[in-house]
Amino acid sequence: MQLSQYLFFFLSFLAVLSALMVIIDKNPVHSVLYLIVTFFAITGHYFILNAQFLAIVNIIVYTGAIMVLFLYVIMMLNLNKEIEPHKKNIPKVAAVISAGVFMLFLIALLKGAETNMLTAARNSNIGLMDNLGKVLFKEYMLPFEISSVLFLSAMVGAVFLSKKEIH
Amino acid sequence: MKEVIIGIPIQWYIYLSVILFCIGVMGVLFRRNAIIIFMCVELMLNAVNLLMVAFSRYFGDTGAQVFVFFVMVVAAAEVAVGLAILMMIYRNTKSTDIDTLNKLKW
Repeated sequence: MQLSQYLFFFLSFLAVLSALMVIIDKNPVHSVLYLIVTFFAITGHYFILNAQFLAIVNIIVYTGAIMVLFLYVIMMLNLNKEIEPHKKNIPKVAAVISAGVFMLFLIALLKGAETNMLTAARNSNIGLMDNLGKVLFKEYMLPFEISSVLFLSAMVGAVFLSKKEIH
Repeated sequence: MKEVIIGIPIQWYIYLSVILFCIGVMGVLFRRNAIIIFMCVELMLNAVNLLMVAFSRYFGDTGAQVFVFFVMVVAAAEVAVGLAILMMIYRNTKSTDIDTLNKLKW
């Protein structure tokens, strides 16, 4: 076992365990905190894969902005206690069985995938900031600019939706 | 940084992404709080992002990482609008339980 394999197993274990805790824990605030742990583990995987730009963006955007937004909404709605009424057991069992069958199906589907030629990484520094920035601002210039319009419309929509109506 | 990836076959990343995605699917089916369901959707997006970054690294292709960046952009916009809709639902029904929203159910 090499060091990178230990690192992979540690991060994977952390990600899967905290992802399970997200859906098991009854308290929504705890769920948000476990999801932050999952995102940090995924960021660690990005560092292993040498995608440093995406690792930083993942920390800033996901754990910094999106999760704080979730936490803010939960605390503003005062949902930090267990108000979820107890569900009957049959839908829970059905959910677990169908998700498990889906997972088995996907694993069986991807088991025979032909990935032998992918064992060696050729160009290791594609995820660095200067390479990615060149690609982003040359080939993907138009989608980059359009995404700013998307953000503007999302901002207007969010403000409009959450505004109290005045009659 | 070049030799960090060597001992890890891409199959492991495929399995990890499948497991994380299925945990997200299970959460969507399992929980009734709309905020938790939304968080599980984010988890599924992250599983797919991880798989795409792994493939881009093993193929040596830059386009996939740019695409992951755009997925993050769209996810941020989606979260802003979705949480505004949840606030609206909470203001009208005083709960975030999805079982109270059954007007469109046939």
